[in-house]
This record gives sequence, C-alpha cells and structure tokens, in this order.
Amino acid sequence: MNVDRSNWIYRQKFYENIFLAASIFFLIVSATILGALLFDLVRSGASRLSWTLFSSFPSRFPEKAGILSAWVGTLLVMLVTSLTAIPLGVAAGIYLEEYAPKNRLTALIEINISNLAGVPSIVFGLMALGIFVYKLSLGQSVLSAGLTLALLILPIIIVTTREAIRAIPLSIREGAYALGATKWQVTKDHVLPYSSGGILTGIIIALSRAIGETAPLVTIGALTFIAFLPGSPVQAAPPFINFEWLTSPFTVLPIQMFNWISRPDPEFHKNAAAAGLVLLLITLSLNAIAIFLRIRFRRRVRW
Amino acid sequence: MVAVAPIFAQEKIKARVDNLQFFYGKTQALKDINFFVPEKKVVALIGPSGCGKTTLLRCFNRMHDLYPNMHYSGRILLEPDGVDILNAKVDPIELRMKIGMVFQKPNPFPKSIYENVAYGLRIRGEKVESFIEGKVESALRDAALWDEVKDRLQNAASSLSGGQQQRLCMARSLATDPDIILFDEPTSALDPIATARIEELIDELKSRVTILIVTHNMQQAGRVADYTAFMYLGELAEFDRTSKIFTNPTQKLTEQYVTGCFG
Repeated sequence: MNVDRSNWIYRQKFYENIFLAASIFFLIVSATILGALLFDLVRSGASRLSWTLFSSFPSRFPEKAGILSAWVGTLLVMLVTSLTAIPLGVAAGIYLEEYAPKNRLTALIEINISNLAGVPSIVFGLMALGIFVYKLSLGQSVLSAGLTLALLILPIIIVTTREAIRAIPLSIREGAYALGATKWQVTKDHVLPYSSGGILTGIIIALSRAIGETAPLVTIGALTFIAFLPGSPVQAAPPFINFEWLTSPFTVLPIQMFNWISRPDPEFHKNAAAAGLVLLLITLSLNAIAIFLRIRFRRRVRW
Repeated sequence: MVAVAPIFAQEKIKARVDNLQFFYGKTQALKDINFFVPEKKVVALIGPSGCGKTTLLRCFNRMHDLYPNMHYSGRILLEPDGVDILNAKVDPIELRMKIGMVFQKPNPFPKSIYENVAYGLRIRGEKVESFIEGKVESALRDAALWDEVKDRLQNAASSLSGGQQQRLCMARSLATDPDIILFDEPTSALDPIATARIEELIDELKSRVTILIVTHNMQQAGRVADYTAFMYLGELAEFDRTSKIFTNPTQKLTEQYVTGCFG
C-alpha cells in the first residue's frame, strides 16, 4: 500500500470520528434538555399529584383546584377526534394509494395534503370557528373541538397510511392479483394487514399531537373554568347511549395548564406542572400502546 | 382465423396469439406476434433482455391491466371456447382464475404455509375447510413440497428456503386447478439443485396443464420445453419445436443467440 492512500484513509476515518463525536454530543444535549424538563415538572408538580387533583373541578384555591373537567374534556374531545379522523384518514390513504388513477388531479391533491400537514394549527382553529361554530352552529362544544383536531391531524394520518401501504412490495400484490383476487380482496387480505402496524403508529403519533394542541381550541372558544362535567356518553337506561355531551362546553388539559400558569399565585404554577405531568404521562402511554401494537401486528404478519 | 402451421398438425391447440401488439404508453413493446400454444405442452420464451418475453407472458393473464397507460391490440384466443382474453369485455379477474402465474422471485404472502396455498380457494369463496385442506395437501404434493412441510403447515412461509418458497408459489397457483400456468423466469433466483427440482416439476405438470415459461437460460429451455419461441426486439423471430430451434434454426439470428454469439 502506498503512503498516500493510507494517509487518505486515515483522514477519512478522522472525519468519521468527528461526525460521530458531534452526533453523540447533540444526542446528549437533547436528552439532557428533555431530562431537565421532566425533572423540573416533577420537582414542582409532584407534590400536587393526588386523588384530589383528578377528582376536583378548578377552584380559586390552588390546593383545592383539580383537573377533573380538563381530563374528562381531553378524553371526550379525543374520542370525537379519533372516531372522525381515523376512518377518514385511513380510507383516504388507501384510496390515494390503491384506487386513485395516477393523474394530475391526484398529484395536485397529494401535494395539497402534504401542505395541509404543515399549516399552523391556529389557522385550523380560525377555519373551524367559521365553519363548525358559526356556519354549522355546532357551538363552542366538544363536537366542534373534536372535529377541529380531527381536521388538524387528518393529513398526518393520510400521509403515514400511504407510507405504510407503499412499503408493501409490489411482488406481493402481483402474487395476489395473479391468483384472481379483486382490488378489495388484495386490500383487505394483504395491504391492510401488512401495513396495519405502520398505520397504527401514524394514528397514535397524530393523536399525541392532537392531545397537546391548545391554540385551535382557544380560537373556537374553549372555556378555562368549567365546574361541571358533560353528560356521560353511556347511561343505564335505554337507549344507553347519550349524545348530549357532544354539545357541552369543554376545556382540555393544556388549556387548564395555560390558565393556571398565567396566574400570579405561584401555588397555581405547581398545579400547572402537575397537569403537565399528567398530559405527558398520557402521551407517553399512547406511545407505549403504539409500540405494543406494532410488535403485536408484526408478529402476526410473518415476513 | 389463423391457419394451423404444419408443426402443430398433431397438437391440440390451447391458445392462439393472433397479431398481438402491445404498447407501454407510446412505446411499442410487442410487434405482430403470431403463434400457437399447444395444450399440455411446455412452451419456452427465450431471447435477450428487453426483447419482450415477460411482456408477452404477462399479456396472457392481463397483468398489464394493473398499471396505467398500457394497451393491447390483436387477440389471444383461448380454446376450446375461442374467447379473446384481450377483449375489454373479458374480466381479468375471471381470466386469472383460470391462468396461474409463478414469478421470478419467490413471493409467498407473509402468512402461514397453509394459508398461502389456501388463498386462491378463499378468494373464490370456498368456505368448507375440509375441502380446502384436501386441496392444500394435493397442491403441496404436486409441488413436491408436502413431505417437507406437512408437519409445519402453520409455520411462516418465510421460514422456507428460496427453492421451497418457489415450490410453495407453484402449489399456490396449482391449488385452484388452472388451465395454463405462466412461469416468469422461475429459477433465476435459485441454486442449481433447486432449479433442477422446479424443472422436474414442470415436466410432471405438463400432463395436466399447459405451461408457458420465460427463461434466460437456454439450457433450461432445451431441457423443459416442447416448443420454443425466440424473441428479438419485440418480435417473434422464430417459433418451432425446441429440438429444431436448438439444432437447426431457420433464422441466422436464432442460431447466433442459441449458440451464445450474443444475448
């Protein structure tokens, strides 16, 4: 080996090590920031994490104030969001990937869906205020809020669904078509089962984003002080399902946090930190569910 | 109707390809293809890369319909009914139920061995599990795979070796009793031993089904095919008995190709 070449290799390895060191440094920085954030939340909020926090309505007294209406609101809003965004988004993704003819119109639609994913959430809030709250007279309700967040995350679900579907090799589809399968049979027997892990992950990432949204909900008129719960969706007497909750005013966890943090009394800041911990826990458990489901679905599909 | 060429005098005809043209968008990939596929015989399609062998093969089960901007003209008449399978009125789904296909790379579904073979029956609405079981077994036997997998039918198809996977794909298309099976370079991803087994199977299968096989391997065509079509630049340069193509071809080009002067 001549000297020049070994020198060159040495230099390349040197660059590689610089890159590696930089990567590790940035990784440590971001992990430290996350850790510090968590530590700070726990330090100031842990003392407020108690049953009272979960079971009390907001109050003028920080030690009596709780997040009951906020977490119930978050749950109900997310229920509406999931029920609308998941079927719509997955169906749209399947249509665009499997059924839509590849022409200029679909190309235009595809570009716009990707663009929608980048629209600031407050813009969705403004649109929802105009359409859902006023035009369709849905009011400042759980329904309006759920639909607004559904619109917000729809593009994310569509895009991740399409990516999951696109990962299925063409040879598998051709194998099924060659046996005489129809498009729907190929979709339900192959495309959906093999991509369900990826689709689910996308759905949960989208829901985790929706759960922390504040701006669009403030825009459509979420309240910050709610001392009652919406009617229960299920009831003991027939017809067992109740839709009254859909029209109820609402608040959600991030808004409750925002309200507390903007008060001068530092005792309320502890409440905000505790609510933040709860929100973080919900998000983390959503992610845990995503990982669990992905592993389960991957086990069922046997590549 | 095209006149029957002398070489087919003793053969029963399964399909007639009549003046077939095929276009990918504006590019013509197949020009004026005319030949016959005799029943229960093996027809090999050979020729250099890009000559249109696979394109021609995929016309037989209208796989091109899955993609935009592709069109056919001419006819492929399926005997004994004389149905033109390229006719837009013929449902490609119905057609593919009668014409099976085995691909270049083994492409088992990421399901169990059993479900792979059963799938063709399931999409035909077959519900009786005992019937499906019987069919799965006989298809796996026909594909000479039964003894190797009978104790692990519920295992993943991906746990099989490449050669086994390809035989599984054969069993998958055999389970529905097709009239014709199309093989698209079925052994190009396999080692010589696995290749020999597939070739043996093709030889056994021709007592029951008509076979069309695309191959890059001229020795393979020589070993398995009764008839061979030599294609060049989208045209059918020569079609004859395999022995004739390899020993005494009419065209200079065919001779050059089969003797390895180009390709």
